[in-house]
Amino acid sequence: MEARRIDSGKIAEVSHGLERTEVERREKVFSVTDLSVAYSGNVALEGVNLDVHKQTVTAFIGPSGCGKSTFIRCFNRMNDLVPSARVSGTVLYHGEDLYARDVDSVEIRRRIGMVFQKPNPFPKSIYDNIAFGPRVLSMEGSLDERVEQALRRAALWDEVKDRLKDGALGLSGGQQQRLCIARALAVEPDVILMDEPASALDPISTTRIEDLMHELKRDYTIIIVTHNMQQAARVADMTAFFSVIVDEDGGGRRGVLVEYDSTTKIFTTPSDKRTEDYVTGRFG
Amino acid sequence: MTSLATPVSIQGDRPRRLWRNRLFTLAMLLCMLVAFGTLAVLLVDTLITGWPAISSQLLTGLPSTVPAEAGARPAILATLYLGLVVLLFSVPIGVMTAIYLEEYANRERWWNRAIEVNIQNLAAVPAIVYGILGLAFIVRGIGVGRVVLAGGLILTLVVLPTVVVSSREAIRSVPDSIRQGAFALGATKWQVVWRQVLPASIPGIATGSILALSRAVGETAPLIMVGAITYVAFNPTLFGPYTALPVQIYNWTKQPDTDFQTLAAAGAIVLLVIVLSMNAVAIFLRNRYRKQW
Amino acid sequence: MTTADVTAPRPATTILPRKRIRWGEQVVYGALFVAAAISVLTTVGIVLSLVLPALDFFREVSPVDFFTGTTWAPLFLDARFGVLPLVVGTLMISFYSALVAFPLGVGVAIYLSEYAAPRATAFLKPILEILAAIPTVVLGYFALTFVTPFLRNQLGVQVEIFNALAASLVLGVMLIPTIATLSEDAMAAVPRDLRDGGYALGADKLQVSMKIVVPAAVSGIIAAFVLGFSRAVGETMIVLIAAGQLAQITFDPRETIETITAFIGATGNGDVPTGSIEYKTIFAVGLTLFVMTLVMNLISIRLVRKYREVYE
Repeated sequence: MEARRIDSGKIAEVSHGLERTEVERREKVFSVTDLSVAYSGNVALEGVNLDVHKQTVTAFIGPSGCGKSTFIRCFNRMNDLVPSARVSGTVLYHGEDLYARDVDSVEIRRRIGMVFQKPNPFPKSIYDNIAFGPRVLSMEGSLDERVEQALRRAALWDEVKDRLKDGALGLSGGQQQRLCIARALAVEPDVILMDEPASALDPISTTRIEDLMHELKRDYTIIIVTHNMQQAARVADMTAFFSVIVDEDGGGRRGVLVEYDSTTKIFTTPSDKRTEDYVTGRFG
Repeated sequence: MTSLATPVSIQGDRPRRLWRNRLFTLAMLLCMLVAFGTLAVLLVDTLITGWPAISSQLLTGLPSTVPAEAGARPAILATLYLGLVVLLFSVPIGVMTAIYLEEYANRERWWNRAIEVNIQNLAAVPAIVYGILGLAFIVRGIGVGRVVLAGGLILTLVVLPTVVVSSREAIRSVPDSIRQGAFALGATKWQVVWRQVLPASIPGIATGSILALSRAVGETAPLIMVGAITYVAFNPTLFGPYTALPVQIYNWTKQPDTDFQTLAAAGAIVLLVIVLSMNAVAIFLRNRYRKQW
Repeated sequence: MTTADVTAPRPATTILPRKRIRWGEQVVYGALFVAAAISVLTTVGIVLSLVLPALDFFREVSPVDFFTGTTWAPLFLDARFGVLPLVVGTLMISFYSALVAFPLGVGVAIYLSEYAAPRATAFLKPILEILAAIPTVVLGYFALTFVTPFLRNQLGVQVEIFNALAASLVLGVMLIPTIATLSEDAMAAVPRDLRDGGYALGADKLQVSMKIVVPAAVSGIIAAFVLGFSRAVGETMIVLIAAGQLAQITFDPRETIETITAFIGATGNGDVPTGSIEYKTIFAVGLTLFVMTLVMNLISIRLVRKYREVYE
């Protein structure tokens, strides 16, 4: 049966993202197999399988409570910081088990950076914010150079170059978020995770962040969580739609991966009805 | 019941209400008056009684059985030394304990919960019981003796729970997003604590520590128990006998001669100056560094 | 631009790094744990230093005599070791000071929480802190040299030179900040919605304060009372200086009495030979005091936990 074509005029412009074949030609950065996460025994996310490819933008979308934030935190082992969290299944990073016993999670986080929903600059100067990562990781090379290049890559250099010693908390919301991106870039990551990076920002700042993502995708692999479908349509090459399953008896809620495909396909001819319902705004 | 047809004045029960409210407000203001009035009377009375005896003789001289010649220099010096010992021990130990409980301890483990409960209990133990602890260990146990260091260590134990509690509060008030951001960059736990959490909580820690210190300096009961002697006519050293200012005041108060009462009041003025200025510094710090996250 | 871009991502061909033991982190953890353990050692020390000598004491003096005897004369030739006069003295002082501190403290708290303008509060709270910061030896001096003569001369009350009344009054005022700040915290924790509901029904400030806010905050206020009472029981200098050294059972505050703490303070200060029975009384009595305050503190913690749950 031919998949019905949704009137794509109903959703915002789908980006000129990569075709699926092109994406899959690239090296696999992450390979997730049967991943589940439970907090104190309550399953939050179940049975996820997907691959993330190099130098692409992958978006996780879905209604609130579907586990997308929990999932993205599996990629840099931030769930380790939550004592009640249990992660099962496999996550391969460039072919190696990310959760193997003897893996150094500190080094993981250097390579797989994260930007949070609410910008969280440290209560220090702009310079010290960017320099924090290189300092604690004892990175070699000129610190001044690193700071400048990180700020340039985050499209913030021109705005702050004359006031690097000023407090970071004095910046606007959009600037603070770009500062957080620069901070992550300064430690030479390979992947950047973004958990709803623009949801706390105004539309103009949001656009700047999205433009930045297009720039950064040339060098980095980017995974973003967003509740804004139009944003996913604008920036992502591949999109994964998550949804919630409610247990009839227990009433517990579990997140599951419903569909994972190129953005164009998800937003124009989704295979699963739930995806179609979400994407056309019928729920969520 | 009044029928709704007849309009009831919206003044209602106003006159009686007004009187009730006025009486209540009066009662409360009376409470304030008693509290603050007593404070004022105390300060004024102490000042008036003790002022005649304030002199350089008092501050720099040695004690004497003759009131006119008595000075409190050894006592003042010992009080300052005691304060120093308390500062040097209570702040590091207290802050380290607070860091352990807030950042490192897994709450599920029973021994960590026991440590927490333990500190809460210690905060409620009367100061004189710490004095008994000191007495038992000084006389029989370690046998350090009736020296300044011993007194300082006992006072440290008295205020340690306070330092821990206020440091914990300061550490807890640092938003978790800061820690998350630092971890996400690849910092280790100690790096996060040392480079982000502690610097951000220093104002709160400092305020709490100064308040604890001011309390330690005013404590008398434990010092009485661990042997701050009555009559010390030489400058104290860390490992020598001593008497502290509060103990000196107590001893002068006990003397029947009214001239000694005047001296006691003068000593009280000096002690109040020390204690209240520390409190003022702490309050100033707290207001100045009230952070907006 | 001229130099190589240092922030370019490293090629992803590197193998995942293996965990190496970070010795620095382990040392830090160890040091922090030791610091935390000091508080445990303190408690162990306190318990040992009280219990062991007390047991020794009870080998010579029967606990029954100790806890039920009504004469306390340990330093006399015909020594008697009935602790009741000390306990009664302690509880009497604490009770009378509570009569002062509880109403006044709650009154101050209601005023600061419900009535005072923010500017007034910002000015009044530090003054309350100053009151709390006055060293107890100064308060004791004040009780003896001002309050007692004032009671006798200005108010015509026939008090002894050393009497429980002056000490109770001053101790009560000393506790006002404790009661007030804890009660005020409890009242501040009452959600605004509850007050607004009352006002919307036409209640006035008095009714909202007394019939809505105070009842909602009552377990926190009771916790404050228990804590205040416990501090009164443990207070030494005020009673040592102003209340006297005469262990007798009486409920008349005009008389001279002796509290547990005053006895310990006076005896520990004096020249009591180590190891003598008089010396050991310090520990037996100290143990009694410790148990009393511990029990009160545990009750208070229970109450605080109870009131915290309701809103969080």
